[in-house]
Amino acid sequence: MEKETMTHQKGGSFLLQSTDPMEVFTPEDFTEQQKMIKQTTSGFVDNEVMPKANEIDDQKEGLSVSLLKKAGELGLLSVDIPEEYGGMGLDKTSSMLVAENIGRTGAWAVSHGAHTGIGTLPIVYFGTEEQKKKYLPKFATGEWISSYSLSEPGSGSDALSARTTAKLTGDGKHYVLNGTKMWLSNAGFADVYITFAKIDGDKFSCFIIEKDFPGVSTAAEEKKMGIKGSSTRQLFLENALVPVENLLGEIGRGHIIAFNILNVGRFKLAAAVIGAAKKVISNSVQYAKTRNQFNQPISNFGLIKQKLAEMVIRTYVGESMVYRTAGLIDRILENIDPNNEDASKQTLKGIEEYAVECSILKVYCSEILDYVVDEGVQIYGGYGYSEDYPVARAYRDSRINRIFEGTNEINRLLIPGMLLKRSMKGELGLLTAAMKLSGELLALTPQEEDTDDIFVTEKRLINNAKKIAIMTLGAAAQKYMDKINDEQEVLSDISDVIMETYAMESVLLRVEKKLKSAITDEILVDIVKTFVNDAISRIEISARNILTAISDGDTLRTYLTVLKRQTKYTPINTVQRRRKVADSLIQKGNYEF
Amino acid sequence: MKIAVCVSHVPDTATKIVIGSDNKSIDPSGVTYIVNPYDEFAIEEALKTKEKLGGETVVISVGKDANKETLRKALAMGIDNAVLLKDDNDRDSIGIAKALAEEIKNQAAELVFFGKQSVDYDNSIIGQLTAELLGYNCVSVVVDLKIDGNKITAEREIEGGREVVETSLPAIITAQKGLNEPRYASLKGIMASKKKVIEEKAAAASDKVVEVLRMKKPPMKQPGRILGTDKTAVAELVRLLKEEAKVI
Ligand SMILES: Cc1cc2nc3c(=O)[nH]c(=O)nc-3n(C[C@H](O)[C@H](O)[C@H](O)COP(=O)(O)OP(=O)(O)OC[C@H]3O[C@@H](n4cnc5c(N)ncnc54)[C@H](O)[C@@H]3O)c2cc1C
Ligand SMILES: Cc1cc2nc3c(=O)[nH]c(=O)nc-3n(C[C@H](O)[C@H](O)[C@H](O)COP(=O)(O)OP(=O)(O)OC[C@H]3O[C@@H](n4cnc5c(N)ncnc54)[C@H](O)[C@@H]3O)c2cc1C
Repeated sequence: MEKETMTHQKGGSFLLQSTDPMEVFTPEDFTEQQKMIKQTTSGFVDNEVMPKANEIDDQKEGLSVSLLKKAGELGLLSVDIPEEYGGMGLDKTSSMLVAENIGRTGAWAVSHGAHTGIGTLPIVYFGTEEQKKKYLPKFATGEWISSYSLSEPGSGSDALSARTTAKLTGDGKHYVLNGTKMWLSNAGFADVYITFAKIDGDKFSCFIIEKDFPGVSTAAEEKKMGIKGSSTRQLFLENALVPVENLLGEIGRGHIIAFNILNVGRFKLAAAVIGAAKKVISNSVQYAKTRNQFNQPISNFGLIKQKLAEMVIRTYVGESMVYRTAGLIDRILENIDPNNEDASKQTLKGIEEYAVECSILKVYCSEILDYVVDEGVQIYGGYGYSEDYPVARAYRDSRINRIFEGTNEINRLLIPGMLLKRSMKGELGLLTAAMKLSGELLALTPQEEDTDDIFVTEKRLINNAKKIAIMTLGAAAQKYMDKINDEQEVLSDISDVIMETYAMESVLLRVEKKLKSAITDEILVDIVKTFVNDAISRIEISARNILTAISDGDTLRTYLTVLKRQTKYTPINTVQRRRKVADSLIQKGNYEF
Repeated sequence: MKIAVCVSHVPDTATKIVIGSDNKSIDPSGVTYIVNPYDEFAIEEALKTKEKLGGETVVISVGKDANKETLRKALAMGIDNAVLLKDDNDRDSIGIAKALAEEIKNQAAELVFFGKQSVDYDNSIIGQLTAELLGYNCVSVVVDLKIDGNKITAEREIEGGREVVETSLPAIITAQKGLNEPRYASLKGIMASKKKVIEEKAAAASDKVVEVLRMKKPPMKQPGRILGTDKTAVAELVRLLKEEAKVI
């Protein structure tokens, strides 16, 4: 226990302290094994999955499953399954690397993610020894495919209000389940549905349901906007007979499973969308280099360069956030002895420590991909609107990511909510920091030191962004007290400030670390400076919205003065910097940063 | 049977090569290195042969510490053991072949796979040289291979067709694309490779017989020219082909 507190950084504490760049994990720090895992995943995806994208989208019978089985042979279904149950039992960084490199397959990535994530992890973390032995080896190979059924027609975001019920039979041997579940990814070919229902109508619990249990059936395929190749169906439970030994976890504690699995789902989703974004960027730049208009490749035009550069910048930032968080989680998990009987509990606790970061990743990275696919279509012009080009599918496939694994609205509410809860519990000194700050903020910020640190301005701004986050969160908490949950717009703006802060800091730390160890890469400096330049303006706007909503008169005037001082900044020439980033991409012809 | 595979660690074919300041070597900064692509066919064939006939596999590379990455990749694909014959200086082909021959003798490997060429210096010669030094039979540019007892039947790619040849062990086979479909390193293989030790030895001494004097980039490709769109352009085209391109 003591060791743990010594070696790990508290979740959300990035707002309160600065981080040494040498302490952050970055994609430049992948081990030899992790690099090989990436190569295997990439090779498999590019040679086996991508060429079949159209057939996958048509839901060609058996195709997705046979690809899952092939992935299973390589170990790509079992990164998170412990070795004793036929898995690899690897770290979360490796798990995210696999998710990232499968991400570009869109629909198939959802099939893979639903099986290996929400379909498998509940048993990994909450299963009994018998349940693990029975299911996990089959999940590891893909012999059995799993799915997860939390949502219902009447309950999505409000998952705990599910209406499906379970009742113990007279002989105590079975539960009888009744209800309709909605939106099960993989339902069309799954052998197992991890399903939530309320025992006696009130004790929210989780069950492992096999497809051949009596009273279990699925509906026809949903006709979806995107990820068409992934199977999505309703699950009907009509007096479904489930053996008591298939209760997963404790009676009435289903929400613990649901919430914990979401944390993992969120960071994996973030890794997957970053992988998808890289592919869209590579496709878009290749198209732009070969599409001639006005006697030249459209990649020559400033407006196309601007798009390409911004696509790269955001993706690079997202990637920095993803692996920084992976590193944080792994640092906790590596101290857990897998043979300890509490290992699962400790693992979940470790991941939950970073629940705020997981929500940040989910929201921020899914919105990065939406931006990237939108501009991708634009670069392709009319051809981007045609299904003959890959960007149309990428555009449609992207949209779901803002909806599942907790909508981005729900996650935006969770971020400040969780931070406040932790502060109240005394786990995180945010509110005390807010009190301390209020005096300090009005003092004039000292002039920047004239150092040879190229990022001196960016560091000041990031530091100030943290203060703005703490100030707005503290002020809102003070103003609304226990009614704060009614102020969703304010909470969401606070979330945006926090996310932009994590984003700025993550990319800065990554680049600082890289520059310390290797040759100078000017493009990376341009990426950091351009991003911080824009992010600090976005933060200013969000903060203004928050402050004008929570105060008026002299208080507001004081707040706004503080805000102005904290965001004071001489803007840089981003046109020139974006052109350089774009030129570098155009020269490489691929996303390689 | 003991089966050996010899591999080289080469710049990724997608990297832009920059010539170093000495004008005789490439500038390694920013270059990513990979397993020589033809060597992947060699590794795969070694694995398949072992799966069919049993035995033990060993992968050997001559060069710097960095080559361990490529050796590790071969281990991850399933090769049993690895040996790095260390030399921090670049060697000529015969120098590499001598070091390999010595180690192959040492390992008592009867069947040895090479890639048909290494995509860095493209000499396409090391397998043959090594066979000569060892007195082994050698079949190069192989696209199909059958081993029956001591007998080897191999198909080679030749200009415009294929040649089927027969020889016997001990032998060196150099692999051409098409011989097989190299497997991906499975995650299990990757993690197992982490635990394996790469044996390191000094490469057997050898005097250089070939020295690199200079490296040059190929001349920039000239942009195409359109001389005209009808038959009046033909005369000019013929003239240019004769006088400028000197091809007719
Ligand atoms: C393709 C696809 C695959 C899916 N796969 C699975 C799966 O495998 N397993 C599974 O269990 N589920 C799955 N889902 C369901 C998914 O998780 C839900 O769609 C999601 O949780 C949102 O729920 P909902 O659709 O009921 O929307 P609602 O909850 O009705 O939300 C509608 C809108 O209201 C907003 N909203 C809701 N509550 C609040 C609030 N308190 N404050 C502010 N705004 C709010 C939401 O953000 C959203 O914008 C899948 C969905 C899709 C489309
Ligand atoms: C569904 C659909 C219906 C259509 N209907 C019709 C129709 O009825 N009749 C008809 O004639 N056409 C029609 N079009 C064609 C449509 O008008 C063109 O797609 C559009 O003009 C863009 O041209 P493009 O697709 O060739 O893209 P491009 O011109 O190749 O443009 C690709 C990208 O480069 C950018 N770009 C191009 N030139 C420059 C520049 N100089 N500087 C900066 N950026 C530049 C563009 O803004 C775009 O982002 C239709 C297209 C679609 C998809």
